[in-house]
Amino acid sequence: MQPIVDRLEDLTHEEIRRYSRHLIMPEIGMEGQRRLKASSVLLVGTGGLGSPLALYLAAAGVGRIGLVDYDVVDDTNLHRQIIHGHSSIGMLKVESARRRMLDINPDIQVDVYNEPLTSDNALRILEPYDVIIDGTDNFPTRYLVNDACVRLGKPNVYGSILRFEGQLSVFYAKEGPCYRCMFPEPPPPGLVPSCAEAGVLGVLPGTIGTMQATEGIKLITGIGEPMIGRMLLYDALEMSFTTIRIRKNPNCPVCSIPAEEVELIDYEQFCGVPAHDRVETRYPDDLPIPTISVEQLKQRMDAGEDLFVLDVRNPEEWEIAVLPNTVKIPKSQIDMAAFQVASGAQAREQTILAQIPTDREVIVHCRSGVRSENVIETLRELGYDPTRLINLEGGILDWARRIDRTMPVY
Amino acid sequence: MPSIKIPTPLRPYTGNQAEVEVNGSNVGEALNDLVSRYPDIKQHLYNGDQLRNFVNIFLGEDDIRFLDGLDTALEENDSLRIIPSIAGGVGR
Repeated sequence: MQPIVDRLEDLTHEEIRRYSRHLIMPEIGMEGQRRLKASSVLLVGTGGLGSPLALYLAAAGVGRIGLVDYDVVDDTNLHRQIIHGHSSIGMLKVESARRRMLDINPDIQVDVYNEPLTSDNALRILEPYDVIIDGTDNFPTRYLVNDACVRLGKPNVYGSILRFEGQLSVFYAKEGPCYRCMFPEPPPPGLVPSCAEAGVLGVLPGTIGTMQATEGIKLITGIGEPMIGRMLLYDALEMSFTTIRIRKNPNCPVCSIPAEEVELIDYEQFCGVPAHDRVETRYPDDLPIPTISVEQLKQRMDAGEDLFVLDVRNPEEWEIAVLPNTVKIPKSQIDMAAFQVASGAQAREQTILAQIPTDREVIVHCRSGVRSENVIETLRELGYDPTRLINLEGGILDWARRIDRTMPVY
Repeated sequence: MPSIKIPTPLRPYTGNQAEVEVNGSNVGEALNDLVSRYPDIKQHLYNGDQLRNFVNIFLGEDDIRFLDGLDTALEENDSLRIIPSIAGGVGR
């Protein structure tokens, strides 16, 4: 394929020295390196995938790199988001990443966009860049990035991960299929767990993110065979790499129409989920979810009350720490049962939900109190009495910090 | 026997099996056999008798939509694959 970038920038003597291992390969050479210096890449997301992407593209000498992220670094990021460190906890991710990238390569320009990517700003933010790399964590932003790339005629280097599995492709509507040709519509909310719910092997975004960086460099310099029209499926447990063919859908709702007619829509509404990976629920303001603190719960337990406490964490988490006398059903099983009940496939009593009583108070807890809120929302939609579903504020983490200090915090 | 690779998001419904051997001379029969062994997975693959449109089934390298769909013939050692829609990247 022709290089995406047809501009060349001169290299200084220092840069020639820095990039010498690139320059001696005929596939890159002076011309390819000058193209890289003249090129610009936008990274959507500065997390698991964005970390290796930003590190390697900075090191490789991509002249201008844009970072879009509005999150701050926290300690649960550090097992995989290797561009950030302990010293950057609490800092904006884009700032933490910029600092590290300029340390690796002070000759490049790093633009930061400390804002969520939305239908209102996407065209403005993407427009100046040659290549867009999608390292987001949620369906709405993935559809938004795809549609904006189709509209602007830009290649979209796609990578996605969950648990031990990853996917890689290049969606470039001018030359092949787009994301929507493969995935015309998102799965219904709740069907596919997010990394925050299902977990992810810390190394996995490194594997997929470095391959995305490779594809970006290939597109810019026009070398090799880009992953256009193909998708790589990676399974870390099997250590298997499988490539499948994906084709342009002649009826694709986005890339089969003239690019200038592609309209950006409300992607949160389209996907039915918010445009971030945090476990969060929305409920009407007139029906706030009743809460109980760990101190209040302890007091009621000590008073010998007969309580129904539902632990919705995963079995792996039960092994780390548990509260006394709980009923344990993982959120994923509740979601699955709720999906079946809501779709009419099964009555509530035939599912695991039969274990959750409708006629008494149920105190729901998880690690930090967000998944439990989510479960309460789900149960409310199935007709449970909203006043009898109580969320344990701060989850088992608060219990470990304020009630039982011998309990591990995770 | 043909086999079906089960992606991570659907493994809770196959007793965490990553690959399931099935009977069937075409893709539709193979999927029916999968569903009869693991009824919980049906809701995720089908809407009535139709495959849900976010469900991608591949035979080898190819999307069955570009072969003969559910009528695509299967050989003894063919491997089918359900390709999931996953969104993870940043995570928290």
